[in-house]
Amino acid sequence: MATEWQEIFDLGERSLDSVEQREAAGESERAGVFRRLRESLSKSRRALVEEISASLFDRIDEETWERLEEALILADVGAPTTAEVVERLEQDVESGAVSADGEAVRDRLIEILAEVSANGRAPIDLSGRPAVLLMVGVNGTGKTTTIGKIAWHLSKEFGLSVVLGAADTYRAAAAEQLAEWADRAGADLVRSEAGADPGSVAFDAVAAARARGADVVIVDTAGRLHTQGNLMDELAKVRRVIAKQIPDAPHETLLTIDATTGQNGLRQAKVFSEAVEVDGVVLTKLDGTAKGGIVLAIAGELGIPVKLIGSGEALEDLRPFDPSDFARALLTP
Amino acid sequence: MFDQLSDRLQATLSEVRSRGKLNESDVDAAMREIRLALLEADVNFKVVKSFTKSLKERCLGSEVLESLDPGQQVVKIVNEELTELMGGTGRDIAFASAGPTVILMAGLQGSGKTTACAKLARHLGEAGKDVALAACDVYRPAAVDQLVTVGERAGAHVYEQGTEPDPVEIAGWALDRAVEEGRDVLIVDTAGRLHIDQDLMAELARIRKKVKPHDVLLVVDAMTGQDAVEVAESFAEAAEFDGVVMTKLDGDARGGAALSVKAVTGKPILFASTGEKLEDFDRFHPDRMASRILGMGDVLTLIEKAEQQVDEKQALDLQEKLKRDQFTLEDFLQQMRQVRKMGPLSGLIGMMPGMGAMKQLKNADVDEGELDRVEAIILSMTPGERADPGLINGSRRKRIATGSGTKVQHVNQLVKQFDQMRKLMRQMASGKMPDPQQLAQMAGGAPRPKPRRR
Repeated sequence: MATEWQEIFDLGERSLDSVEQREAAGESERAGVFRRLRESLSKSRRALVEEISASLFDRIDEETWERLEEALILADVGAPTTAEVVERLEQDVESGAVSADGEAVRDRLIEILAEVSANGRAPIDLSGRPAVLLMVGVNGTGKTTTIGKIAWHLSKEFGLSVVLGAADTYRAAAAEQLAEWADRAGADLVRSEAGADPGSVAFDAVAAARARGADVVIVDTAGRLHTQGNLMDELAKVRRVIAKQIPDAPHETLLTIDATTGQNGLRQAKVFSEAVEVDGVVLTKLDGTAKGGIVLAIAGELGIPVKLIGSGEALEDLRPFDPSDFARALLTP
Repeated sequence: MFDQLSDRLQATLSEVRSRGKLNESDVDAAMREIRLALLEADVNFKVVKSFTKSLKERCLGSEVLESLDPGQQVVKIVNEELTELMGGTGRDIAFASAGPTVILMAGLQGSGKTTACAKLARHLGEAGKDVALAACDVYRPAAVDQLVTVGERAGAHVYEQGTEPDPVEIAGWALDRAVEEGRDVLIVDTAGRLHIDQDLMAELARIRKKVKPHDVLLVVDAMTGQDAVEVAESFAEAAEFDGVVMTKLDGDARGGAALSVKAVTGKPILFASTGEKLEDFDRFHPDRMASRILGMGDVLTLIEKAEQQVDEKQALDLQEKLKRDQFTLEDFLQQMRQVRKMGPLSGLIGMMPGMGAMKQLKNADVDEGELDRVEAIILSMTPGERADPGLINGSRRKRIATGSGTKVQHVNQLVKQFDQMRKLMRQMASGKMPDPQQLAQMAGGAPRPKPRRR
């Protein structure tokens, strides 16, 4: 069962009446979108299961574990987490807890992978009024695009009023890019001139959201490599400035991780988390051939779960993360 | 860049080295470590397999077993095999004999194409070329605006027609204009695309056909994992790229993708992008890379950087002053400015041989803000004070602190550090190597190296 949007957002005491009304109103238009999604999902899921059984588990022997290790390494899961997962599975089979037939072993493996990836799982906290969501990540991982899509969902599907804060004042034309998304999503935009202090933009955005009684404010930040100490300090300052407006804000800090990222993703999550307390990961660009297996290590070792996945440029290509679906996809060759 | 990988290899091999003679199980242990290190560095699984296989064969060969220092021999072999894998000598852009040299840039979304275009434009502009950029990313919102801004910052002409026309048409139009205006180089920026997106890959092939580029460059993020191979293979097929630009090499990703891409497609890595600024862009030197992976440092790059920035006459003057112990704060200021022109100090330290192994230096977080402060303090001194810091008494310290917007203890600290540095210089002039702790203090501008947050 795929995770639904309603499950991934904690909207607090807000009534969902308006959501249902909107859903009813937009039913016919939306049906097409969801049918497409369902079809593509079920097709790939069927293909997945067939391929997993064919390639990995047609017989259980010494080589099975090696092939499995290879599959997980190629999915960027990384050597340490791969070794742990395979060891657990091997023990289960040896102890007889799982019978040594292909299907049972496969199902148990998917269970283990889903379990690891769900470590620390929690909904995106939007219960605050306004709820403040801070978006961080290294350059080119898809922060601005993800914000645009989240804003669209919150605004068009949940009927919430959204303010976007363009605190990426560094990259040329970043604010313009966000402005286009604000336009599409029907959200308000708070921006400043290029080179302005990102903290002041974040401050203004939260202040504007409070003044207008907006439901959610999403703050975009400039992409930065986690190795640049001064830029990480700047990010921590943005967070502090937000907390000056609303003491427990930002209520949710999301880190974008590009699915093509290799083992460095773990360091990214660790360092960003130290600087701004990351609550969850948005795994982007899953529409390529990369599997994004590094998020397994991130969830397993750091307890930072994936909350959303991005699989394309279209609005409906941002979806709530589903551990079982992800576990299956990891094993597709 | 690749320092973590080199640390791992060095750790493994130093064990072998300390044992003197090595047997087959030593070799196996070393191979296991190398295999893990390479996988952790994101080198593709299949590349790792074949690499360690050929490595093992050579290590078990008579050249190692019979040599007097087998450990050294393994280091040498790993070095040679890595060099082989990274490819021979790198090359720069090959310019066309007539008309504009056309360079087509392609890559996945977010790999850093637009920034790399501007950096390449600046790099070629430095070489005296008149460069134009064509804005053919009509898909990502505001991509054209971004290219216009960074392109102009790089001193290039940016040709754009907004986002309405077909990218193939824009590319053709830009080429005509570049010919008409007599530009030396046209760099075509394209939209990021997934290697499995058939429509967009076909579009890329059409752009290629339209502008007939002299070089097609694939932009690859240094943080890319196992997928780098798939991406490179697909782009090789659709765009027949000639070389690679590695981006985000200033991070701590081990950059195994560079090895993978080269090993699988045989295409060389031409350029490395290493920072936020436009000038953080260099030719990639595959022949030096293996030494770097093994922690032997990249002395050649360092020397080249220094040559670009340091005025030879000034350098000679300085040498004289050092010899005669007449080095002043004024000289120090000039030195600092020259060194800073070479790029971030943390990058320079990584290039120095042996520094990879010095933990205290590696963790020294070089604070550029600190350097700004030092500069401000010196600038608030009178020429007399700069020449003879001994003059700086209590009331002068107060004045300097106020003038530079700092505190008296900062001024004290600087004067003390300068004093230490002169001592160090005297040592060096007399032929002794400074102790790394002292060097770290100098580089960090702080009394103790601050541990970098990990």
